[in-house]
Amino acid sequence: MPMPFYVSPEQLMRDKADYARKGIARGRSVVALEYVDGILFVAPNASSTLYKISEIYDRIAFAGVGKFNEFEQLRIGGIRLVDIKGYSYSREDVTAKGLANAYSQSLGSIFTSEVKPFECEILVGAVGDRTEDNELFHILYDGSVADRSGWVAMGGASDRLLTELEQRYPEGYPGSAPDLSAALHISLDTLQTVEERELEGSGLEVAVLDRTRGRRKFRRLRGEALEELLH
Amino acid sequence: MISAFGVPSSRPGTDPSSDFLRMPVHGPGTSFSELLRARVPSSSPGQLPGGLQAPEGTTVLALRYELGVVVAGDRRATEGFQIAHRSIEKVFAADDMSAVAIAGAAGPAVEMVRLFQTELEHYEKVEGERLSLEGKANKLSQMIRANLPAAMQGLVVVPLFAGFDDRRNQGRIFKYDVTGGRYEEDDYHATGSGGKDARSSLKKRYRTDLSREDAIKVSIEALFDAADEDVGTGGPDLMRGIFPTVSAISIAGIAEVPEEEIRSLFEELISERADEMRGPEGPPADMQRHAEEG
Repeated sequence: MPMPFYVSPEQLMRDKADYARKGIARGRSVVALEYVDGILFVAPNASSTLYKISEIYDRIAFAGVGKFNEFEQLRIGGIRLVDIKGYSYSREDVTAKGLANAYSQSLGSIFTSEVKPFECEILVGAVGDRTEDNELFHILYDGSVADRSGWVAMGGASDRLLTELEQRYPEGYPGSAPDLSAALHISLDTLQTVEERELEGSGLEVAVLDRTRGRRKFRRLRGEALEELLH
Repeated sequence: MISAFGVPSSRPGTDPSSDFLRMPVHGPGTSFSELLRARVPSSSPGQLPGGLQAPEGTTVLALRYELGVVVAGDRRATEGFQIAHRSIEKVFAADDMSAVAIAGAAGPAVEMVRLFQTELEHYEKVEGERLSLEGKANKLSQMIRANLPAAMQGLVVVPLFAGFDDRRNQGRIFKYDVTGGRYEEDDYHATGSGGKDARSSLKKRYRTDLSREDAIKVSIEALFDAADEDVGTGGPDLMRGIFPTVSAISIAGIAEVPEEEIRSLFEELISERADEMRGPEGPPADMQRHAEEG
């Protein structure tokens, strides 16, 4: 009977992590920024139908980078989870923290127990009544969660994006949150600098969680509305 | 146990909520009801013991106007000959472009609306686009059919569905029967205990080219007439300040008509009717002739 080679757990995990990181870095990025009325999400995306950013619940949005089918599975699973919860209990019982925790558990167990880890990273954003009440949870391929404020970047050259965003985001968060147009320009400048190419409105997927809206805070910005903000 | 996390995970130690996240995308598809049935079996009422008396909603109506459709309902719920509730809401926004008005057993009806609202939003979020108006109407039809066992035992729910169809660019009205049968109405419809009276009133007042204001006026008059004839239907309650609810749906979306507007329309209507009844200039009844003929 052939004996499998011994591979140390450290090696195994490192290999899996390298594999996942490489897959994620190959894809395009998503940038999220807190602006004065909520949270702005920007993703270079040639497709106008295969979304990376989408609505999960009244105040909660989702963004994913990496392998489309994998983060799409997480997105739909998340919608199912929160809709069941909101229907069984009450709409206000649905929280970004609960959802982020579920994602974290799921990605964590996939990372340790499956042969192939998910090659994706996701962002769960929730808009609060004030800027300091906003929540941004960045969940990695291995299930680790980071609670961010101000700005987040993931996918592609995320390290460089984060440095660039830090330089551009006005100092003195939360009081310094820029307005929507300024936030959009910060994101666009950052993406253009790092990706070293011109980005146009038609090649962008832009959405906001806007606290001034009614029950459902999520809104996509496209067409004329987007062009107006870009110029 | 109602569990938001679904059935216990097969693997102990893992968070059962990960079931949702690892469920195949094509699993229950975009249907929230399917998902709910699979995850929360207690959500379906199943068979009930007979002879149950539960609060009932009474009169709701919908009519088309030139730019869309107006939906209205009185505010009374009855339990036998008692008033169960004076200010129940019967007209609900199903989403931005459509409304459901309920008549029949109030408990199951309100629950059906809640499920329907979640269903539409769930589909929109998963698919990334809204259901067509036709699709929404069919979905509601299936939900009424699913309620048939409860309906057989007296808990009948017959909603009225109306909305703006942005593919045809017009308002549309759908009525239902207890088996889930779906029928489209071209002009107006009213249902519930005072439905027949409201329909008679609408029949006289309805025109195909009503403006929004006139359509609201006509709907208010129909509800007033229904309340005048039917004990189950609540009229305007001037003492408590409770008035029927009216919503208008056009291409701009659904908007509830402000209470102030409804109040002043009712006051106008009541004073008109009162004048007619006092009849200062009306011809006096010829009692002698009636007596001779009788």
